[in-house]
Formats: sequence, C-alpha cells, structure tokens
Amino acid sequence: MKIIFTSSGEGWDAKIDPRFGRTDYILLYNEETEELSSIDNREIQDVAHGAGPKTAEKIFSLGADVLITGNGPGGNAAAILNKMPLKIYIKAGGMTIHEAYEAYKNNKLYEGE
Amino acid sequence: MRIAIASGKGGTGKTTLAVNLALFAAETEPVLLMDLDVEEPNGSIFVEGVLQSETAVYREVPRWDQSACTLCGKCSAWCAYNALLKLGDTILVMPNLCHSCHACSELCPAEALPMKQESLGKLSYLECGNLRFVESKLDIGLEQASPLIAESLKYADKMFSDIGFQIIDSPPGTACAMLSAVKTADFVVLISEPTPFGLHDLNLAVETIRQLSIPFGVVVNRDGIGNDDIYKYLEQEGIVLLAGIPNQRRIAEIYSQGGLLYKAIPEFRTSLDKVLRYAKGIR
Repeated sequence: MKIIFTSSGEGWDAKIDPRFGRTDYILLYNEETEELSSIDNREIQDVAHGAGPKTAEKIFSLGADVLITGNGPGGNAAAILNKMPLKIYIKAGGMTIHEAYEAYKNNKLYEGE
Repeated sequence: MRIAIASGKGGTGKTTLAVNLALFAAETEPVLLMDLDVEEPNGSIFVEGVLQSETAVYREVPRWDQSACTLCGKCSAWCAYNALLKLGDTILVMPNLCHSCHACSELCPAEALPMKQESLGKLSYLECGNLRFVESKLDIGLEQASPLIAESLKYADKMFSDIGFQIIDSPPGTACAMLSAVKTADFVVLISEPTPFGLHDLNLAVETIRQLSIPFGVVVNRDGIGNDDIYKYLEQEGIVLLAGIPNQRRIAEIYSQGGLLYKAIPEFRTSLDKVLRYAKGIR
C-alpha cells in the first residue's frame, strides 16, 4: 500500500497538516519498501485560486491507495480525488505522522466521504 | 452620471434605496436602474415594469479535445486559477475555477483547448415610464458573479448610453462582485445601519471605495437602533452623511408589501432628494 499524509514537516515526527489544499508537505509512505518520502508543497502558499485541485493533481500523479489528512478536501479537490481508487481518512490533524499511521493500522481514523 | 448603491453588510437597504431613488428620479428625467446583485436580484419586486426583452449571457471556457491533445501538461502548469489539471492521460477542465482568460486555448501547442460558450446568466430589460430597468441574474450553481456583472455593464453601455442618469444596485460585501459593480460609477452611496456589525462592514466598504478613488457618501438606515458610533466614525473620517432613514414600523410594512417608500413617506422623499442633489453636485 502507498499511503499519503498531508504534513506540516518531513519525517515521522512531523504533525499532520489539517489543511488539504494548502498543506506544506505531502508525505508518501510505501509499505512494501518501507520508504517515507516527501514532496515540498509550500509553493501552494502563493496560489490564490484552486489550491485544492492543484494538490489533488499532485496526489493523483503519485498513484497512492490511502490519503490521511485533517479537515478533508473541499469539493473541487474531492472531484479529482474521486477519480482515483483512493481511500480517504480525515480528522488526523494534530497527530504526528507516526501516530496517524498507527491509528490507521488500528482502524481508528475517520473515513472521509 | 452613474451612481452605485453599495454596502459592506448585507440587508442594510441597498435595493430599497436604489429602487426608490431610481423611480423618484424618473419622475423628472430618464433613468436606468441596473440590478447587479446577480446572485439574488430582487429589485423587480418593486418595479412594475413591462418586459421588453431577455438576453442570454455567455462566457467562454476551454473544452478539452482529447484527439488533438499530446498530454504535454503545459496548460495545467500555466493556468493561474488551476482550472486545468492533468490527471494521468486526461486533462480535466474545472469551469467553476476558470476565469475565461483564454491563455490555455491560445498557447496550447496542439490547439487541443478550443473555447466554447457556456451559459452565465440572463438579462431582463423592463420599462416603467421614464425608467429603464435591467435585472441581471446569475445561473443557479455558478460561483463567479463578476463575469456576468462585467457583461451586464457592457450591455448597458451599448444599449443605454443615451440615458444620462444611471443607478446600480450592487452586490453586498467588498469582494470581486462588489468591485465589478461599482468600479465604473462616478459616485457611490454606501448604506449601512448604526450597529456594531453595520459600522464594521461600512469601514471595510469605505476602505474599498477609497482604493478605487471614487467619491462617496453614506446613508444611515434604521436610524434609532444600535448606538451612535457610526456617526462618530463618519465625523472622524470626514465622510459626508447624505441622509438618515428612521427605524419605523411603517417603513418595514410598506417594504414588505413591495411598496415604494417615497410615495408614502414625505421625509423619505426629502432624503432621496438630498442624495440626488449631492451626487449630481459631485460631477
């Protein structure tokens, strides 16, 4: 499984960024290779319109199976994410990436629509 | 001359003032009233006019031509509004984010993004004696009011350039829609109420109009409620108080029946006259 986290930093101790479109980083954990990689998304701060769809486009290109985030994507972003077989979990804002991953493994996260 | 009636806060009496001012002025000269509160125009409740014509308004958005596209992804990188997204072997167009700038269509190396017309809204033109009334109504579900407001003003320039006195009923707030509606005006009347909310949003509206460098004045509606902070503010800022409308049950009753206030309340007529005289003196 490939799992994506919206994150305010890099590494397992970083906190989940509750924002979807304007998340600072996109972290990708590949369970097969046990690799945690990160994409700097901070350029989105300068984007006035369509931050959600732009971040969704990046996530689409990563081809992940699971997304763990906080507040959840808005309508425009959701329209894109729904085009891929992606399971979305929300309300992980405030957790570290490690805590969010453990919560996911133990089925303790909320499913987004 | 063109006067825009605007407010920061919603529900402070923009339409009441615009409609009464327009019909009052139309007693002596030809007047154009444009309802540009396109998300919920309601001036037509008060104007008993005869429908002359209806005009559909369109805007252009790109359409993805899959057969021509080489999937280079340049459109997605260029679009300032992120209205074009490259999703694998698909280009997704999001019309609700598109600002119709044509950049993608013009620059696409494969000419795979021809522009197509999409419905934006409708203009209804009514006549009522000396009054020409145009109601601009956005299609349900659309998010951007500004393109329709811009098209409505072009329509007014084309159709009614001979009418020397024009009044615009603006959308509330201080965002793009309000700016689009007021920016061609020679004078702006800001209407608010003497409450903390009313003052807060009036302050925002004043800052906005000052940025546009358009002369303006303020009408205080529902005078008698709240407190007198708004009057202190106007004095401090050196803003002209054009008129006050008292908080009266009778006014609310006439309004709720779709009636015209200046016909029933002499003081209201005097207030309108003050606003008109001041605005015309600006020119």
